[in-house]
Amino acid sequence: MSGPIHIRKDETFTLNVGPQHPATHGVLRVKMEMDGEYIVKAETVLGYIHRMHELMGENRTYPQVLPNLSRLDYLGAMGYTHGHVLAVERAAGIEVPERAEYVRAIMVELNRVASHLFWFGAFVMDLGGFTPLMYAIEDREYILDMLEAVTGSRLTYCYFRFGGLYNDVDDDFVNAARAFIPRMRKSLKKYDALVTGNIIFRKRLENIGPISAEMCRKYGATGPVARGAGIDFDVRKNEPYSVYPEFDFDVPVYHECDSLARYKVRMDEMEQSLRIIEQGLDKLPEGPIMPKKKPKLIKPPKGDYYQAVETARGSFGIRIVSDGTKNAYRFKLRSPTYSNMSLFDEACEGMMIMDALAMMGSLDLVIPEIDR
Amino acid sequence: MDLTIFNAVIAVVIAIAFAAANAAYLVLAERRGAGRIQRRPGPNVNLFGILQPPCDGIKLMTKQLMIPGGADKALFMVAPVLAMAPAIMSFVTIPFSDTIVAHSMNIGVLMIFAFASFGGMAILLAGWGSRNKYGVMAAVRAVSQNISYEVPMLITVITVVMMTGSMDLREISLSQSGGIWNWNIFPISMKDGFMLQPMMPISFLIFFICSLAETNRAPFDLGEAESELVAGFHTEYGSMGFGLFFMGEYANIVIGASLITILFLGGWDCPLGLYPGVWWFLLKIYLLIFSFIWIRWTFPRTTIYGLLNLSWKILIPISLFNLLLTAGLLKVF
Amino acid sequence: MGAYFSEIFLGLWSLLIGLGITFKEFFKPVVTVPYPFKTIKMSDRYRGHIELVEDESGEPKCIACMMCQRACPSGCISITTKTEKYEVEVDGEMKTKKRKILIGWDLNFTTCSLCGQCVESCNKDAINFSKEYNLASFNKEDFHFDLLNRLKERNS
Repeated sequence: MSGPIHIRKDETFTLNVGPQHPATHGVLRVKMEMDGEYIVKAETVLGYIHRMHELMGENRTYPQVLPNLSRLDYLGAMGYTHGHVLAVERAAGIEVPERAEYVRAIMVELNRVASHLFWFGAFVMDLGGFTPLMYAIEDREYILDMLEAVTGSRLTYCYFRFGGLYNDVDDDFVNAARAFIPRMRKSLKKYDALVTGNIIFRKRLENIGPISAEMCRKYGATGPVARGAGIDFDVRKNEPYSVYPEFDFDVPVYHECDSLARYKVRMDEMEQSLRIIEQGLDKLPEGPIMPKKKPKLIKPPKGDYYQAVETARGSFGIRIVSDGTKNAYRFKLRSPTYSNMSLFDEACEGMMIMDALAMMGSLDLVIPEIDR
Repeated sequence: MDLTIFNAVIAVVIAIAFAAANAAYLVLAERRGAGRIQRRPGPNVNLFGILQPPCDGIKLMTKQLMIPGGADKALFMVAPVLAMAPAIMSFVTIPFSDTIVAHSMNIGVLMIFAFASFGGMAILLAGWGSRNKYGVMAAVRAVSQNISYEVPMLITVITVVMMTGSMDLREISLSQSGGIWNWNIFPISMKDGFMLQPMMPISFLIFFICSLAETNRAPFDLGEAESELVAGFHTEYGSMGFGLFFMGEYANIVIGASLITILFLGGWDCPLGLYPGVWWFLLKIYLLIFSFIWIRWTFPRTTIYGLLNLSWKILIPISLFNLLLTAGLLKVF
Repeated sequence: MGAYFSEIFLGLWSLLIGLGITFKEFFKPVVTVPYPFKTIKMSDRYRGHIELVEDESGEPKCIACMMCQRACPSGCISITTKTEKYEVEVDGEMKTKKRKILIGWDLNFTTCSLCGQCVESCNKDAINFSKEYNLASFNKEDFHFDLLNRLKERNS
């Protein structure tokens, strides 16, 4: 409720939320000018976990950058490596076998569900409810186990390769994924009853933290933040890549522009991801997972290449400017959370601190991905 | 029982022992309960975690008591004591059974509420004295919360007192004896002639919500609000200062559960009127404490304005209506 | 007025539903593993730090071609070799030839990102992943693995 507020601009104090604060989920610092519980002005301060991934991308060969991409966003690492391999494949003109494309899509969607599950738990914990986090982590654990059995790691996957995959999925994985889908649907119903329907939860989110479509366009916000503001934009639909045109899925859009709308978008997205996984498992073709002829050393021809993918947090873009050598001349990452977070300063003005932090939770910030 | 100095000392020692033991083992119960709700075992090393509270206590006591620079030293030191002492004092007048009571007073209800108001004071002093912005914000929140929840709570107590005609906790308990149908939570009472008060279950609910808010328990734990205000009023407290706040919180929970039991659930009375005694009292308060724990680990936290709206727009009007209705019904029957 | 009361009742009802769910969960078995007392088996493809693979004679398969060192993104592999002259009989004539001998295979696990590029780049299948994950230490030096020594210790 950001109702009529009378703010005394002459008697304010500065509150440092972060770099170590339970609500910022990492080392984000927000300098808040406060009038009591109301925020007069907020300023996000970045750079506490800057690791120069872009510069590393320019100093390393293309395959060597691959593990870096999964360190951007440790919750949805598959999507980011997917962006990189797609960009380099586009640049170097590498064909990808069909099976590899399907497995990639299944993996990315599984990882998206895992990421949203963790966000769901962390978001409810931001609001003070601790138990849903544990239930979400339990479900997420099934996904991580499945992914670990295939990729060998639990969070920072380095599974995709230029032209295909590191190794193939087996029947165990297919069966486990099939068994997971009904289980996850049941869990989603449980979350709906436990959290979405809860009056306290709804009161804290309804009409709180309005982020309009105009503001999203101004700051370049994408993903669930933009879809919660009524912008029907999903890279998977609008600029299709990989095998996504083959799948039948919807893009959930809500027009309320509040924190609850962003919450609902993500909850619906989980269901849509399950649908994609289901279809992917049904359509999964047999065949090789790496192309027959693949250049030993990847040297894309001179040019400027861009590839956007829809990650769990929004549109993630990779721009590669190649000068024909084995290193990129320019390696630019457009991280979705950076844009999503930028609007926090403007959106939280005049809000109460607890509403502002609830809104911050609904933006789904992963700080290493902002600072990259 | 004559109140000699000797008796008083014994009573206070027993009260402190009871409060401290409860506080220590309710922490364990809370953690194990939370664990079960979250599908994990909780502290289970060495015989279901029996040794966890003593270990925690030793850890807290051996830590250095840090006083932040610029803090108001006197207030900083006095606040934790103020959180714990009133809770212990309140135990003195609580009747655990017909005979087990340290000092039965004819204004027992008043005394407990007078001491309960100290809880808000302790939080205010802690937040203010520790010179921490989060602490001050939490203190202000907690005080406005305590003030707004004392109003419906006291109005509800007045309805019960009106129906019983006594402010002695023992008298209130005795007036409900003889089985579940005589308890105040039920709309019908047959004790001294037929009496119908349809709002009684709602009074119980109001009192229950208010005691959650008074003890700063989730979903009303705005004074702590760990995801917004770091740790709220005890951000700067470590060592036994923090330990006393912790113990005070649990002692207050025991007081709250005892009050609910005495005012609404018949005190030490058995539901079927058989073998009344202290065991029934303890069973009831621990069931209530379990429900406190259960509620804490189920719901997200309310907002400060949501909390005040609940009090002033819902609980106070309903309890005022309830008060008027009770007064009218007392005239009729 | 009607909306006021219906909101109260629906709100209370939603709270009761939530309580019902957590109550049901209360009686379900725990799903966690009490870690130091019980451990779970790692999957076959689990990627721990790398280990050298031995051939039938117990010697490392590694031929010190440096492919892995070049492929490693973080430069955490350092292979030391020495050149040794040896004589070999070719067409009835003794010729002196040079060959590289592996004398050290060090892995600096502090910078390793477990990407698996080294294993993939290896043409001789001389490295694979270990299944170790209980790797905690107070010393940085404990993560500088001498893989040749580890291989010897494993064999002895």
